[in-house]
Amino acid sequence: MASLIVFLVVLAVVAGILAFLLRVPAVAAWFARLRGLDRRWIFVAVWVLVMIPLLFPLKLPIAPTARAVEYYEEIEKLKPGDIVLLSADYDPASGPELGPMLRSSLTQLCRHKVKIVGDCLWPGGPPLLEQGFNQVARDQFHYQYGVDYVNLGFKEGREAVILAMGNSIPGTFASDFRGTPVTQLPLMNKVTNLSSVKLLVNISAGYPGTKEWVQQASRRFNLKIISGCTAVSAPEYYAYLQSNQLLGLLGGMAGAAEYEKMTGITGSATKGMDAQSSVHLLIMLCILMGNLAHWAARRQGER
Amino acid sequence: MHIANPLSFDGLGVWIAALLTLFIFSFLYKDNPFYKLAEHLFVGISAGYYVAQEWWAVIYPQCVKPVMNGSRPIMIIPGILGLLLFSRFVPKAGWLSRWSLAIIIGAYAGIKTTGFAQGDLVEQFHASLLPLWVPGHIGVSIDNILFIAGIISTLVFFFFSTEHKGAIKNAAQLGVWFLMISFGAAYGFTVMARVSLLIGRFQFLLDPWLGVARF
Repeated sequence: MASLIVFLVVLAVVAGILAFLLRVPAVAAWFARLRGLDRRWIFVAVWVLVMIPLLFPLKLPIAPTARAVEYYEEIEKLKPGDIVLLSADYDPASGPELGPMLRSSLTQLCRHKVKIVGDCLWPGGPPLLEQGFNQVARDQFHYQYGVDYVNLGFKEGREAVILAMGNSIPGTFASDFRGTPVTQLPLMNKVTNLSSVKLLVNISAGYPGTKEWVQQASRRFNLKIISGCTAVSAPEYYAYLQSNQLLGLLGGMAGAAEYEKMTGITGSATKGMDAQSSVHLLIMLCILMGNLAHWAARRQGER
Repeated sequence: MHIANPLSFDGLGVWIAALLTLFIFSFLYKDNPFYKLAEHLFVGISAGYYVAQEWWAVIYPQCVKPVMNGSRPIMIIPGILGLLLFSRFVPKAGWLSRWSLAIIIGAYAGIKTTGFAQGDLVEQFHASLLPLWVPGHIGVSIDNILFIAGIISTLVFFFFSTEHKGAIKNAAQLGVWFLMISFGAAYGFTVMARVSLLIGRFQFLLDPWLGVARF
C-alpha cells in the first residue's frame, strides 16, 4: 500500500511538472512534433533495451507474488509416489513464456519423486513435453520412462478429451507418444482416471487449456489444478483463483521468473526479466509522451 | 563467442531458424521479399506439420487402424462423417456436410454448456457471495466491498432494458471505470506476453546461433 501511495505521489508530481513545462511554447512545439515520429525509432529503442540487458544483465530483484508461492506450495505438498498429471497445452509459439515453467515444474516434481503422467491438448505440444522430460526427468533425475513418467502425447477432442479422461485415462490414450500401448507401461497400471491423480499441473497457452480443465474437471472430478499460463490469458484466470478452482497461477514470463527463483533455478525467464522490465519502462514512457504530444498539439491548435 | 557450425546437422538447423527470424524482423523496416519468403514458408510448413500430426495422432490410430484390423469397426461412422465435411466442395452434395456439422455443434454445445454452468456460472456466483464487513480485517473488508461494487456496477452497465439515467447512469459509469481498469490490466499482460516472445527470439539469436550468451 505504501509503495502504491509513493507511486501515485511521484506520478502526480511528474504530471504537474510536465503540465507546467507544456505552457512554454518551445517545449509544447517539441512535444507536438513527436506525433510525426517514425515508428521505426521505437523499434530500434525496443531492440536496444532487449539486447543490452540480455548481454549485460542488470540483475533486477524478482519477488515472488502470492499466486506463484501458492503454485510452488501445492507441489511442495506432494509425497513421493503421488501421481501428477502434467498437461502441456501449448506449442512452440509460446515457448519463451511456458518453456521455463515446464522445466521448473518438472524439476520441483522430480525433487519430490512424484510419478508424472504427461499429456497434450495441443498438437504441437508432445515434442516440447518430450524435450522437457528428457532434459529434466531423464537426464537430471534419472527417471525411468514408463515407470516414473510417461508422455501420452496429443489427443484431438479438446473438452471431450478432458471428459473422457475423467472416465478413463488409459481408455482415452490407448498408446503413448512413442506408439507403445499404455498397457505395457507399468506406471499406467496405477492410473485409472482423473480421480487417481493428486494434482493437475497445466501449462496453458489458451484454448484448449486451463479454462477448459477448470470448467470440465475441477468440480466434476474434484481435481486440484495449478496453472502456468501465457500473460495474455492470465487476467481471465484470476477469477478462478478467487473461487479456489485454481490453487496457484504463474502468469507469463514474470510468473515463470518468480517460480524459477523459488525453485532455485536461474533459467531463461529469470535472465529475460531485465529486458522485460526495460521494455515496460519504455512503453510507459511512450504512452506518457504520446499523450503529452497529443495534448501539446491540441493546445497549439487552440491558439 | 561460439557461432553455430552451419556444416553440422544441428548447426544448419540453427542457421536456417536464425535467418528466418531475421527475415521476419526485416518487416519492421518495410515489407520485402525476404519477409514474404519466411511468411510463406511458415504458413506452408505449419499446415503440413498439423496435417501430419492429425493423421498420425488422430485419424490413423483412432479411425483407420481400428477399422482396418477389425478391432473397432464402428469407427467407420465418425470416419464417414468426417469425410462428409468435404462435400462442401461439391455444391450439389454440400448439404451432406450439415449432418456432420449438426453432430459437432450439438455435442460441443452440450459439453460447453454443462462445463460453463458447472465451472463458471455456479462457482463464480458462489465466489461472489462475500461478507462486506469482516471484523478485524479492514483490508479484506475493503477488498470485498470493491469486488461487490465492481460486479454490480459492471452488470448495471450491461443492463440495457432501462434507460441509463439518474442512479443507474451513475452506477453504469462506475462500471465503466472498473471495465477500463480491467482493460488496462489485460493490455499490460498482453504487452508482457508479446515482449516475452521477442526476448525468446533474441535469446535464441544470442545463444545457440551467435553463442555470445547462455540462457
